[in-house]
Amino acid sequence: MEFFKIRKDIPFMRHALIFNVISLVTFIAAVFFLFSRGLHLSVEFTGGTVMEVSYSQPADLSKVRGLVSGLGFADVQVQNFGTARDVMIRLPVQKGITSAQQSEKVLSALKADDPKVSLRRTEFVGPQVGDELAADGLKALGMVVAGIMIYLAFRFEWKFAVAAIIANLHDVIIILGFFAFFQWEFSLAVLAAVLAVLGYSVNESVVIFDRIRENFRRYRKMNTTEIIDNAITSTISRTIITHGSTQIMVLSMLLFGGETLHYFAMALTIGILFGIYSSVFVAAAIAMWLGIKREDLVKAAPRKDDGSMDPDDPNAGATV
Amino acid sequence: MNRYPVWKYAIIVIALVVGALYTLPNFFGEAPAVQVSAGKATARVDTGTQTRIEEAIKGAGLKADLITFDGNSVKARFDSTDNQLKAKDAIQKALIPDTTDPAYVVALNLVPRSPAWLSALHASPMYLGLDLRGGVHFMLQVDMQAALNKKAESLSGDIRSVLREKNLRHGGISRNGQIIEVRFRDSATLDAAKKVFQEQFGELQTVDVPEGAEYKLTATIRPEAARKIQEQAVKQNITTLHNRINELGVAEPVIQQQGLDRIVVQLPGVQDTAKAKDILGRTATLEMRLVDESAEAREAEGGRGPVPFGAERYMQRDGRVVIVKKQVIITGDSLTDAQPGFDSQNQQPKVDLTVDAKGGRIMRDVSRENMKKRMAILLFEKGKGEVLTAPVIQGELGNRFQISGSMTVVEANDLALLLRAGSLAAPMEIIEERTIGPSLGAENIAKGFNSVTWGFLVIVAFMAAYYMLFGLFSGIALAVNLLLLVAILSMLQATLTLPGMAAMALALGMAIDSNVLINERVREELRNGVSPQAAIHAGYDRAWATIFDSNITTLIAGLALLAFGSGPVRGFAVVHCIGILTSMFSAVFFSRGLVNLWYGQKKKLKTVSIGTVWRPDGAGTVAAANGNEK
Repeated sequence: MEFFKIRKDIPFMRHALIFNVISLVTFIAAVFFLFSRGLHLSVEFTGGTVMEVSYSQPADLSKVRGLVSGLGFADVQVQNFGTARDVMIRLPVQKGITSAQQSEKVLSALKADDPKVSLRRTEFVGPQVGDELAADGLKALGMVVAGIMIYLAFRFEWKFAVAAIIANLHDVIIILGFFAFFQWEFSLAVLAAVLAVLGYSVNESVVIFDRIRENFRRYRKMNTTEIIDNAITSTISRTIITHGSTQIMVLSMLLFGGETLHYFAMALTIGILFGIYSSVFVAAAIAMWLGIKREDLVKAAPRKDDGSMDPDDPNAGATV
Repeated sequence: MNRYPVWKYAIIVIALVVGALYTLPNFFGEAPAVQVSAGKATARVDTGTQTRIEEAIKGAGLKADLITFDGNSVKARFDSTDNQLKAKDAIQKALIPDTTDPAYVVALNLVPRSPAWLSALHASPMYLGLDLRGGVHFMLQVDMQAALNKKAESLSGDIRSVLREKNLRHGGISRNGQIIEVRFRDSATLDAAKKVFQEQFGELQTVDVPEGAEYKLTATIRPEAARKIQEQAVKQNITTLHNRINELGVAEPVIQQQGLDRIVVQLPGVQDTAKAKDILGRTATLEMRLVDESAEAREAEGGRGPVPFGAERYMQRDGRVVIVKKQVIITGDSLTDAQPGFDSQNQQPKVDLTVDAKGGRIMRDVSRENMKKRMAILLFEKGKGEVLTAPVIQGELGNRFQISGSMTVVEANDLALLLRAGSLAAPMEIIEERTIGPSLGAENIAKGFNSVTWGFLVIVAFMAAYYMLFGLFSGIALAVNLLLLVAILSMLQATLTLPGMAAMALALGMAIDSNVLINERVREELRNGVSPQAAIHAGYDRAWATIFDSNITTLIAGLALLAFGSGPVRGFAVVHCIGILTSMFSAVFFSRGLVNLWYGQKKKLKTVSIGTVWRPDGAGTVAAANGNEK
């Protein structure tokens, strides 16, 4: 089998501008939703109590809500979790009452109504822990960005490092934008997924940059645009197949992993899709505009300039 | 050119054998067991205990599959939970004659069913996290300010008695937060007092502040002493938690200090989570103080007057009001033990208390001076105090004394438990709590397992279809990756959580990237018309640099997560990082070995089974898509 029968290099860079504008618009939309709607942070970040209870038959949410708010807890969220029989209850932190008492009180009230209800999980996080987790998350993000940039600058050149980080951070923001738009729950597991995606999609850019460097050495006559087009074209089949394989795994998590892994897998899915887009259309273009040159990568080579800034085209040239 | 020297094959074989050995225990599952460990510092579990346990099991007409002693505990494995429960009862009867004072903890547990020779190799299954096996997780924060305040309070009491002993007249001792202020009338006494401070209160640093006609000495706890107090507070709390958890009978509790002032408690497999929370959540401190028996206090007790200066109003458990002096005699720090029992003379239930040497000295002084007066024992929970009991001091007390009279057996037991529970050095607060029911744990395992299995199978099927034999090699390499990953996790006994299983799935999904890179590269070389052997060689060679670069960036993300992650993120990061490392071995080194073994010997290799190698120059038309099966 061969999915990619490409005769000529696809002129990706011809339309680089358009792709970057699309990227920019998505990015701005993501930032807009992040600010206007905000992330629906899980209890790990906000502090509070989460309880998961299971009924023997489909649960009546409004009754549960009535029972819990009848206990005098303000701002209670009650929703189904996975199946109709499982209910998730979120309670904010309350002063002067321990989480143990809180969940105990709720459970006994629910038990009084239906003795068959069983407690599957509770989670309580104090507000101080939540703040720490948020701070640690940001530190981790900072460290990933710095680490990757240093490595790429060392391995390639600073222009590549900047291009890769811009392209991939914009993936991260877009993932967050999705979570803000749909108000999906942003938990620690999702944060882990986001950071893993960052490392993973930088991967993608690295593969393309690697090819660009190799092409600079190999094809002395091509200009930068052609070199980039050739690099992307010759790695495109690998890009699609690799991401496809990873996506198979993620899909499997989405299907079989249950509610706990749902948003984790969701974040990965968005990350993988936008990871392809940003590596192929954005990272290389930014590197091009930053003015990567043969001399930067290949020592003692004749100067062949890249003055042409013409953007290029994607799959249009692809055949069968 | 595509041949491995023998030593490279040797490395592969060794890695596979070791990997298989350490992965093996995960397949045997777990069997019900009874675990016996020491319940008190004085009790010891040794081979003698093991023989007693063996006899107890035999005496009950049961047969254990395996009885092991690991230095700390004896574990007896049974074939069914039914026998496990019967054996637990039998062992409990044999080892613990006195249930009020258990020397051993007999707990139900699950132990790996793996054969003895595997256990002898220290090969045990992966350690499952709470979200996979069910249980309770707590993070407690020790209130250090409270610990320091309390220390300052008890120090100011000590200063008072020392100054009195030395006959140094002072004009009042007061405590302002953690600062103790002592006033003197003349400078001679101040100097003398300063000397006393230096000799007897090394943990205090003093500054004299002249204040009008008075001489004032302010004493604060030295930073290094404060640090020590904090360390001790955490340590003491950990010990107390240990004791409380022993009451629960948990097989493998984890109680660890985290950071400066935090304690993590994990109780895997605990079924009755409510009880666990109840016992642990009882974050309480204990104080003994004298009851104010002045006339004003009596008035206040009846609600007819204000609470006198230097006293506080507390409620007794039955709702009676007690006016208690503010000054603390001893705190739960000094209390080393509290046990219920019966008075030998009148057979009344009583509670025996044991305090440490310093506490004993204080008790002796206080009781001598306050004979026939009442002493209140207060329990503070979450800042709210309650008088547990306020007995009359009947004689001079020492290290050991008892509380008796008008108590039922149940009350005596409760009081002893509360007293023990209250002997925490500093109040603690639960700042994080996670409870996972056992059925949810089992479900999570199934979910994680299914995700990994289905994803794996689909990827291998696709690879084999797309890249033919090379795809199959990639699939085998992926399986080896999984094998090594599980083996290393089992070896390290790292905690596997659901996010960890997700990381495992993701690691496999990402690991295949290396093989795709290699296979695509080999195809490309073939497309360029290179001979098969050279194509394989160049494919692996050229792909390596890319694989290395891309894995490093992923590893950077993994390490950052490991450094800053906590809880679930950590579990994810550990597996993620190990997965990247094993993938470099399996996808590059191991798969090359397979390819070399298969193709390396063939000198006149014409075709390589790597799927369609399509050449644009084959023919100008689309019909050329058949490609050359090279």
